[in-house]
Amino acid sequence: MLLGRELALSWGRGGGPLLALAFYAATATLLPLATGPEPARLAALAPGSAWLALALASLLSLERLFERDFEDGALDLLALGPAPLELAALAKCLAHWITAGAPLALAAPIVAIALGASPTLAPMIALTALIGGISFSFCGGVGAALSLGSRRGGVLIAVIVLPLFAPPVIFGAGAIDAYGAGLDWKTGLMLLSAFSLACLGLGPFAMAAACRNALS
Amino acid sequence: MIAALANPRAFIRFSQWAAPLLGAVAAVLGAIGLWLDFTAPPDYQQGYTIHVMFIHVPAAWMSTFVYACLGGASFIGLVFRHALADAAARAAAPLGAAFTLLALVTGSLWGRPMWGTWWVWDARLTSVLVLFLLYLGYMALDAAIDDEAKAARACSILALVGLINLPIVHYSVVWWNTLHQGPSVFRAGGPAMPPIYLAPLLTMVLAYTAAFGALWLVRIRSEVWRRRAGALALRAAD
Amino acid sequence: MMIRLDIEDLSVARGDRILFRKFGLSLAAGEAAALTGRNGAGKTSLLRAIAGLIRPLEGRIHFQAENGALPPEDARSRELHLIGHQDGLKAGRTAWDELKFQVAWTGGGPGAAEAACERLDLKRLRGLEVRKLSAGQRRRLALARLVASPRRLWLLDEPLAPLDAGRRAAFGELMKAHLDGGGMILAAVHDPLPIAASAIELTA
Repeated sequence: MLLGRELALSWGRGGGPLLALAFYAATATLLPLATGPEPARLAALAPGSAWLALALASLLSLERLFERDFEDGALDLLALGPAPLELAALAKCLAHWITAGAPLALAAPIVAIALGASPTLAPMIALTALIGGISFSFCGGVGAALSLGSRRGGVLIAVIVLPLFAPPVIFGAGAIDAYGAGLDWKTGLMLLSAFSLACLGLGPFAMAAACRNALS
Repeated sequence: MIAALANPRAFIRFSQWAAPLLGAVAAVLGAIGLWLDFTAPPDYQQGYTIHVMFIHVPAAWMSTFVYACLGGASFIGLVFRHALADAAARAAAPLGAAFTLLALVTGSLWGRPMWGTWWVWDARLTSVLVLFLLYLGYMALDAAIDDEAKAARACSILALVGLINLPIVHYSVVWWNTLHQGPSVFRAGGPAMPPIYLAPLLTMVLAYTAAFGALWLVRIRSEVWRRRAGALALRAAD
Repeated sequence: MMIRLDIEDLSVARGDRILFRKFGLSLAAGEAAALTGRNGAGKTSLLRAIAGLIRPLEGRIHFQAENGALPPEDARSRELHLIGHQDGLKAGRTAWDELKFQVAWTGGGPGAAEAACERLDLKRLRGLEVRKLSAGQRRRLALARLVASPRRLWLLDEPLAPLDAGRRAAFGELMKAHLDGGGMILAAVHDPLPIAASAIELTA
């Protein structure tokens, strides 16, 4: 029930995933402009850059995850409700993943191919982006909850959270590269999934603690 | 002893004799370490640049050690809600960041003659870089929240999240390196280090630890004083 | 069901400033108390401390039920309503959706939202988005959950501020009915409440 409301909230505001997708497309466009249009070099970088831009695009909507509820008093209501705050945090991050992470994951192969990656990589890119999106949404949620009540908002969340993004970025990109080179890609995928599951399981506790701290 | 230190007044008394003592120990050990370092023969492979190792390796070790201290203090502050533990954690952060920066810079200086470039994305250096970013994130969060108690708790949560993540990050970077076979498989003197190098290295590590102890105590003490002064000022204003 | 609230020796601080010390209060079923004090005296913090959002420096808060003491977690999640300064309503959703969520979240029954709409005269507003409502309308919407999900203790922070005289009187009726049914009200106010209530001043 809470999930339904969270979904409606994140979808309805600001045109749903369109903003994140637009940001994704924009960063993807800047990449060849920055590195030069040489196809060989672009193709080598393509999966990794698509992956990186995905992480950045997920960061965009994270600030709104808790901040709005904190400001208008809805977080109070969530904290006092029948369900523990951890579940509310879980629902919020899941909603974020469904409305931002999943569309970005589906767009990722397209972006990567546009940057010159081989189309055979597409399913792998989509899969890693989908699973990695969970860790982005949940790690990002921890950052968003920690910066509640602070003055700097979005940039602060990025500074806190980007080092934590390093493992999923490494595992995901590694899996894609291994797949492309015909090497063992399952390890990378499993490591990515393990990390995402850990974020999903442990993140809500950190988020709830941070929210309670901000409310007090 | 830790419980006895928990009382701020007892802590201040403790730090007033402990900090200068540790400072003196650090100075002496540092002098011995540097002398041993410069009298050690140059490594047949790395030449005179081996001397940078005596600055770099202890700094790298300290950067992780300080983060562990920060994590421990954060945990105590979070679970037992002890203001002194919170102050200790926040005081340790800039020190840790400084050690990490020192490790990165000296690592780069050390590598230059060997690799020919200023920076290489090998497992260890990249892990240390991510650790540096974790420190920066911690300090940024501390600076961004106005209410001190809330800032301390938020930073404690972040420190614990970072602490759990640290081994994962390190493992992921190592894994990434084995995938990519980077230009240097960098073993900065593992267990096969000849004993002539071990002595100065250990001395420097102890010197750094003592220096950290002294500086940390001084910082915590000044934090305690600052809060006391602030509370007095507030009461005078009422 | 909660029948009594006891507060002993409560001290609350915000940041480094101690708001009040050794505050005591007892509220039994059917009683109402109006909390007054200058701005910044800590009325909001007191309400939030009772609700469990703020940790007090010292003191005890007891929730008493008919058959013994209530554990604070149960009391806070099921036996009290906290209506703060803000309304807790999401601007982009319609009034009806928000009301349904709040009622379901606080454990109201299926027809409760409808009934609350009737009591607080919200029927015309149901389809509108919350951002289009006036302050008074939003406040009535926020107060609706008090009626829809019956809970014994009402902690209200300046509940009637945006409402006009007629609406205040109407809400006074609701408060009276709540007290008659064994409920308790603790309200932080600047103006007198439309019901009989003991006045308590919060000083440092």
